[in-house]
Amino acid sequence: MNPKLEVVGIRKVFATRRRTTEALGGVSFNVEAGEFVCVLGPSGCGKSTLLNVIAGLERPTQGEVRMDGAPVLAPGRDRVVIFQEAALFPWLTVRSNVQFGLRLLSLSARERERRVEEYLELVGMRGFERVYIHEISGGMKQRVALARALALNPQVLLMDEPFAALDAQSRDTLHAELQSIWAQTGTTILFVTHNVREALVLGTRVLLMSARPGRIKHEYPVRIPRPRHIEDYALVDAAQEVLADLREEVLRAEEEVGYDRLAR
Amino acid sequence: MTGWRARLLFFLALLLGWQALYSLHVWPPYLFPSSWSVATSLGLGFADGSFPLAILVSLRRILIGYAISLVVGVPLGLLIGRVRLLQETLGTVILGLQALPSICWLPLAILWFGLSEKAILFVVVMGAVLSICLSAVDGVRNTPPLFLRAARTMGAEGWPLYWRVILPAALPAIITGMKLGWSFAWRSLMAGELLYVSLGLGQLLTLGRELNDMGRVMAVMLVIVMLGLTVDRLLFAPAERRVRERWGLNLGS
Repeated sequence: MNPKLEVVGIRKVFATRRRTTEALGGVSFNVEAGEFVCVLGPSGCGKSTLLNVIAGLERPTQGEVRMDGAPVLAPGRDRVVIFQEAALFPWLTVRSNVQFGLRLLSLSARERERRVEEYLELVGMRGFERVYIHEISGGMKQRVALARALALNPQVLLMDEPFAALDAQSRDTLHAELQSIWAQTGTTILFVTHNVREALVLGTRVLLMSARPGRIKHEYPVRIPRPRHIEDYALVDAAQEVLADLREEVLRAEEEVGYDRLAR
Repeated sequence: MTGWRARLLFFLALLLGWQALYSLHVWPPYLFPSSWSVATSLGLGFADGSFPLAILVSLRRILIGYAISLVVGVPLGLLIGRVRLLQETLGTVILGLQALPSICWLPLAILWFGLSEKAILFVVVMGAVLSICLSAVDGVRNTPPLFLRAARTMGAEGWPLYWRVILPAALPAIITGMKLGWSFAWRSLMAGELLYVSLGLGQLLTLGRELNDMGRVMAVMLVIVMLGLTVDRLLFAPAERRVRERWGLNLGS
């Protein structure tokens, strides 16, 4: 049987008239159904580019992404993305935002309403149905974005540093809730972050990416029992090892930026 | 002391200053009338029915001209904003034509349509349609890319993407364009009516000048200001405010 998601030798080169930049230098990995995989890397290593390629929002220069064995050619609701900024539509209420993707499916109004209620309940946002987006906090926005994505029953949920812009408390709460939502729904999740502890709190497996051009450098299975918290001793311990590995890449990334400046 | 009280006092002072200046007789009354004679002209104009008639004629023209501008301008802008080829061709032409004050279309309009209602409507439309169209283009082009990407990963492409994301995202810009278009239409109409005699408020102005009736000229000017302000305050300002609030655009102000 095929893995849920196969990423095969993805290279991505951005070419402008001045220069060419290799963002991804051949990334390969698989994600099995029901896994929660975190991709960890220094900023500028091409994590977001990788996610965009998997989402079908960008074409790779080389390589292929396969969902259940079928190549990915365009965006689709089997791979919904949650972005760092919640990307909710300000002209719609919370309810209408969650309905957005559902309206494009041929569902009965009743089924649509049922799913909206179910997923708003799941993310703890019942009672906010009629509220507009600018009236809720950043953490609440990400919950609504989560409900909007999950309501479509995606095969894989792609998350691009969704909690990076939140305050520490909201982030803690959302870490706990995302773990329990994952346990309840069994959705396959691919989560991109630059934060070591976040990766270890959430993931069943952590893939460490190298500095540009991005490749998978190491893979860390995470066997700490759930529910995990960002301050758990076992987790802080495990983080040391990964952190040393990551720091090397951060330094490499910074060196490269330094050379870039000199070259200019 | 703020708000309406400050405003009321300011206008009272303005009126008093006017009257004081008039009493000094620096200029003869036929050049600088008293506020009283303007008020009398205003009353007379409404009493003899000439002002209401002119207002109705002008309003009818602007409503027709503005409606045509909306029906043509908004869809055209939505189209141009989305189709690269149209933007590089038609878009450039429209941008260029906007540099032409709309009243410059009058000679052409008169040759095409003769001294008719159509000629003046043409001038009004040319005054309003370009800015309405360009605002719609801007609205479409400035749709945040994040919204498009989010919608596409949820399976929205083609028409649903346009209808459910691009159009609502462009709405604040479209409304701003409608407001701008209205004020351009109003200016164009007055300029047209001034130059080309056929009822309307503009003609009342010309008539006042020909009769050397400065009180009447100023009274008509007041009516024009009031009409423009009323529409802006009653129609466009609330619509704009509502959309901006809903979109969360003017928080903190």
